[in-house]
Amino acid sequence: MADVNTEGGGGGGRHHQKKRAKKLPTRIDMTPLVDLGFLLLTFFMLTTTFSKPKVIELTPPVKTNDSTKIKDTLALTVILSGNNKVYYYNGSLNQNPDSNNIKLSDFSDNGIRKVIFDRNYFVVNALKPIDAEHQNKQVNDTTYEKMKQKVQGDKLALFVIIKTDSLAKYVNVISMLDEMNICDVDKYALIDASPAENNVIKDYNTKHNIK
Amino acid sequence: MPKVKLPRSSPSIDMTPMVDLAFLLVTFFMLTTKFRPDEPVTVTIPFSLSQTKLPDNATTINIDSAGRVFYDMDGKDARAALLSTLAKSVPAIGPVTDEEIFRFSVMGAFGQPFTQIRAYVDAGETERKVMNTQTKGIPIDSVPHDELLDWVTYGNSAAFSDYNAKKSAGQNVNIPRFAIKADGNAKYKVIKQVIDICQKAGIQHFDLITSMKMKAK
Repeated sequence: MADVNTEGGGGGGRHHQKKRAKKLPTRIDMTPLVDLGFLLLTFFMLTTTFSKPKVIELTPPVKTNDSTKIKDTLALTVILSGNNKVYYYNGSLNQNPDSNNIKLSDFSDNGIRKVIFDRNYFVVNALKPIDAEHQNKQVNDTTYEKMKQKVQGDKLALFVIIKTDSLAKYVNVISMLDEMNICDVDKYALIDASPAENNVIKDYNTKHNIK
Repeated sequence: MPKVKLPRSSPSIDMTPMVDLAFLLVTFFMLTTKFRPDEPVTVTIPFSLSQTKLPDNATTINIDSAGRVFYDMDGKDARAALLSTLAKSVPAIGPVTDEEIFRFSVMGAFGQPFTQIRAYVDAGETERKVMNTQTKGIPIDSVPHDELLDWVTYGNSAAFSDYNAKKSAGQNVNIPRFAIKADGNAKYKVIKQVIDICQKAGIQHFDLITSMKMKAK
């Protein structure tokens, strides 16, 4: 233990014994110190937040007048509306703006995710062996990213156009961007719904009695 | 039967190693803790599966469920530079003192129009809370004036000149980022408007802050 006893033992027959102040044992009660220590420890442990916020990165396109044409067979347009509703249609709507051409879905597992998955199955399937190799540590992270990008950026990969109307909420947009990540869609754009699409949605809602 | 008496040892134990450890941990947590200033708005951020982390040195635009916009920027020096340059070019703010510049550099997010910003900086904690509940946020409509554009333009240039100065001085700093922390129930229209304003100010890349959801793919 920490105490050193200087008393006794050295008495004997020494001649030059100086008169010293009687030394107390050096053992001190450390309980209050420990109490304080742990109190502070608890406080800092509870107030510290290690986790930094997580982010979804978004790089919106710079506004230009030239618009890129996407093949109708590759395009899937998703329109986000109020009350967590999602409308979608394949190809383009311009030739026949008819409410029979759009479908209604939601954000459940069998909702819009299934639609995108089904359309994008060839990328998802192509990614499976690459994912497996990456998980078994057969390829390193940079090669994996490159391979993944090559598959996702394929000429025939699905292009999702995410449109929002005036009722859409931010949480819907985030969920949709998250779905892109889940369904391995690399090519997507985020734009406003056109007046024609707004009309078609209105038409659809009256036809199916949706508020 | 005679009782067997064990020799009693002293009940005091040597606590030195325990104390050592406790204080080591205390020191560690004290040094790693960074106290955040009070958030002026409650923002319920949406969930996502994203794993990307937001690095330090970011400008954050907070948008609450009612669509009020609050501006926040990391970095004391950059903030001080922001207010002093902005006050010179925007007469609505009025003359700012060194004391006000200092107070501005250490406060958190704010959502006051130009005419109120000095009053907010000078106010105490409780008054600021009241002002935060009453404010309509930083104006983002171009009529009468799009104040957020000024904050973002000047803030961005202040953040980058601060970054360049520190980088050339050999300090370890992150490149300034631009984050949007919006409430899940906010209308996307408002966020879109904010993004458009930021694009006008030359910002191309955005980090949308979400909280993590644990769910298997």
